[in-house]
Amino acid sequence: MTQYALYLNYEFCTGCHSCEVACRNEKKIPLGDFGMKLLEDRPRQHADGSWHWDYIAYPTELCDLCADRVAEGKMPSCVQMCQAKCLHFGTIEECAAMLAEKGEKAAIFLP
Amino acid sequence: MAEAVTQVGNETIWRTCAWSPPGCHPVGCGLLVHVEDGKVTKVEGDPEHPITRGALCTRCLALPEYMYHPDRVIHPMKRAKEDRGLDKWEQCSWDEAIDIIVTNAKEISEKYGHETIAVFGGTGREGNDYYSTYANCIFGTPNAVYAQPGWSCYGPRASITAFMMGGGYPEIDYAQKCAQRYDDPRFVAPGVIVLWGKEPLRSNPDGLFGHSIVEMMQRFGTKLIMVDPRMTWIGTRSEYVLQLRPGTDTAMAMAWINVIAEEDLYDHEFVEKWTYGFDEMVAACKEMTPEKAAEICGVDAEEIRGAARLYATTHPSSLCWGLAVDQSPNGVQLGQCLLALMSITGDLDAPGGTTLGAGDVHAANAARDDSVGSAADDRDASDYADRLEESESYPNQMEIAITYAYQYGLMTEERYAKKIGVDKYPAIGAIMWTVAPDEFLKALETEVPYKMHMAMFQSSNPVGSAIAGEPQRWRNALRKLDFCFATDLFMNPTIMACADVFLPLCTTVEHDAVVVPHYSMNISFFGAERRCVQVGECKSEMEIMLLLGKRLFPQYWGQFEDEIAYLKSKSGALDWDDLKEKVCYTNVENYYKYKTGELRPDHQPGFPTQTGRVELYSYAYQAFGESPVPYYEEPAYGPIATPELMKDYPFVLTTGARKQEFFHSEHKQVPSLRAITPWPEMDINPADAAELGIEEGDWVEMASPYGKCRQRARVTPTIKKGVVHAMHGWSYPEESGEEPSLFGNWRSNVNCLLPNSVNGKLGFGDTFKCMICSCKKVDGPGEHPSPSEAEVYVEPSRQKPAEVVGQIWRPADAPEYN
Ligand code: SF4
Ligand code: SF4
Ligand code: SF4
Repeated sequence: MTQYALYLNYEFCTGCHSCEVACRNEKKIPLGDFGMKLLEDRPRQHADGSWHWDYIAYPTELCDLCADRVAEGKMPSCVQMCQAKCLHFGTIEECAAMLAEKGEKAAIFLP
Repeated sequence: MAEAVTQVGNETIWRTCAWSPPGCHPVGCGLLVHVEDGKVTKVEGDPEHPITRGALCTRCLALPEYMYHPDRVIHPMKRAKEDRGLDKWEQCSWDEAIDIIVTNAKEISEKYGHETIAVFGGTGREGNDYYSTYANCIFGTPNAVYAQPGWSCYGPRASITAFMMGGGYPEIDYAQKCAQRYDDPRFVAPGVIVLWGKEPLRSNPDGLFGHSIVEMMQRFGTKLIMVDPRMTWIGTRSEYVLQLRPGTDTAMAMAWINVIAEEDLYDHEFVEKWTYGFDEMVAACKEMTPEKAAEICGVDAEEIRGAARLYATTHPSSLCWGLAVDQSPNGVQLGQCLLALMSITGDLDAPGGTTLGAGDVHAANAARDDSVGSAADDRDASDYADRLEESESYPNQMEIAITYAYQYGLMTEERYAKKIGVDKYPAIGAIMWTVAPDEFLKALETEVPYKMHMAMFQSSNPVGSAIAGEPQRWRNALRKLDFCFATDLFMNPTIMACADVFLPLCTTVEHDAVVVPHYSMNISFFGAERRCVQVGECKSEMEIMLLLGKRLFPQYWGQFEDEIAYLKSKSGALDWDDLKEKVCYTNVENYYKYKTGELRPDHQPGFPTQTGRVELYSYAYQAFGESPVPYYEEPAYGPIATPELMKDYPFVLTTGARKQEFFHSEHKQVPSLRAITPWPEMDINPADAAELGIEEGDWVEMASPYGKCRQRARVTPTIKKGVVHAMHGWSYPEESGEEPSLFGNWRSNVNCLLPNSVNGKLGFGDTFKCMICSCKKVDGPGEHPSPSEAEVYVEPSRQKPAEVVGQIWRPADAPEYN
């Protein structure tokens, strides 16, 4: 069976929360719980003066990779609604290829 | 392309474009609205929308929570005048509500004159398009009011552009007007984008889909330069972040011009052929070396040089100007410099540069071409002439309405001349249709030049926490009026304090309308908003306008059978029946419109100014009594201008950075949105916080000479030492709405700290982004503070008797103009 995954280019995840709300709408998850959760590593300055500030949106165990939507030929809800278009869906192989091509600040998630 | 409406089992799915409500500017994101049993069950982004391609912000994603919120008002309501401030509303019928309004309007017009009625609008909600029509063509009053001190939002930028070069509203190029978007052969991605006083990801841009910038960074490696007092997330992904002292932007922009001229980095051909007064402008910036700007702004001189060089030597490069231009008294000069910077690179209206708008002529174009993706790639001037002819044969409904108003005596020249404050600030009346706001507040308070008697509030909440400065003054002044009514979705502080009738408004998915980004001033597409469901007895702004119009001015409004008839005639060349099927037309436009004659009414090449060029030396500024070339002026409050006051108010205060989950004072009652940002936050540097014993999450009281408020600390290095940032737009819908609380309106309302009448020479700008305050740790949110008269504090320089409300406020050291 093909194993799917989510690929996040977190160099460009803007922390907009759209994926969170889109997932909650899709999976009818009550407020306070999450199928997709946005984490923030808050801003700080490195010793050389450069800045660090990352958001990471990652799927929890409530995520089924939108199996029903995918079966209908649609994109997962979080991927479709992502404002930065930095979240992608594909097979593990496709996601790994994106990861290798990106080379930095990216991750693959298997919920 | 999917059908506009599809049926899947029990579900109907509508493709539409959104405007508002929920609160938003005309961004027009594509929606898929799922409806079952007449109820919206889910909202998704439409992957086929040419700009947003499925993306949505949390506000539209939470639309069902907003639409079916138990606190939403879905029937008309009335309240006795003596019960203002009390929650004693009574449901009534539309007929009764309209009767009450019509009776009062007629009585007041006859007794005191039509001009004693004011219509308040604002915020960029859809209703924004209609408040001057309500005023001029229904109530017969010249007094449409945008209540923000110094008209500090969008209007100044639009006016400055009209004065200096025309061409609508300049916007960065993100292939929004190319049929095949990023794949279009005409498009070249910007190499560098400057974000000046703008956070496009969190702000509610007037037509810019902010995340397109992140798309271009990913696809094309577009680089960014930020000019902002705060380090932002997008700043951490930028080449340069010039983190300047709030309110000193004009010095920075003049230094950029200085560097670009000194180092000969400008486009000589463009400057010679298409600009006027380059040498005068450069001379005005001569003293403003990067070293001098460094001192004023608190930014390293080499950083300033580096950023200016990167911008000027990268082609194409684009510049995105933000609210900071509008909100400072020196902003008119900032805008002048930024328009110069957009121009002298030669990338104005070039692919990947800063685009201009050709206006509504393109309605004809879009209507004739098939739809998204099918329009021709290249257009020449002759093609343009055809389109122009086509669009000119369609009358402008707004102009016709005014003509009727004059013809039937609803409006007279004499009465129009009574519009308050534009005699003092004619620049405000030049392209905008409203009063001068600060002067209007004084008129309300002093009853000079005349006493006001009635107000309508439409897309505006001036007693609230977003638009007004010193909202405590607005509350006191508006409470005195004989009759007030409002259109909205939720009860708010203004309506609770002042209104006698509440008319329930519907959301973007409950009515048919057209959304046009940038209010038609730089059009990327035309989108259809659709009536997918009905909630309660809610009506759209257009429907309400017709109900009132037919009663108060039937000579004009009588010709429209319903709001669709009005919509169609108002849309001119745009074919509504076709648009609602296709949902969205891309507005394919030429680049270099100043070469093709598309900017000037006489269709000659050039810009629609007196000289036909971009007037870097501005005759229009001069005509309005402003310096024709830029100059730097210190913020009215701050370490240089008011060193004495800084002893009590040691922080420089900047306010109003956006959160995407809220639109100004709206949405605090929507659970999914409030969960993202539960409390108002003020940003304070860790060193300052440590000195004051403030820790993350502590309640902090901020005070200025005008008022105080409490917000929770966000201790962060992203704000410099000595500067704090406070959120705008906070009240607490979960708390009592009755006076004095007004939904906790006074607790966290940073606008209470911001004065009126600290305007630039043209009447634009105020202190939203450059005020001062004190900060101290407090135990908690506190009780409901009330805005009693005693708390309306007037700082010493304005305390002379007649000046309490009658101040003519200018910094003492304003430069001489010639
Ligand atoms: S793939 Fe579907 S279920 Fe998983 S996080 Fe995204 S929206 Fe939620
Ligand atoms: S929607 Fe996209 S950009 Fe926004 S938080 Fe989620 S992953 Fe990040
Ligand atoms: S910006 Fe947000 S609120 Fe506005 S139309 Fe787009 S999704 Fe809706």
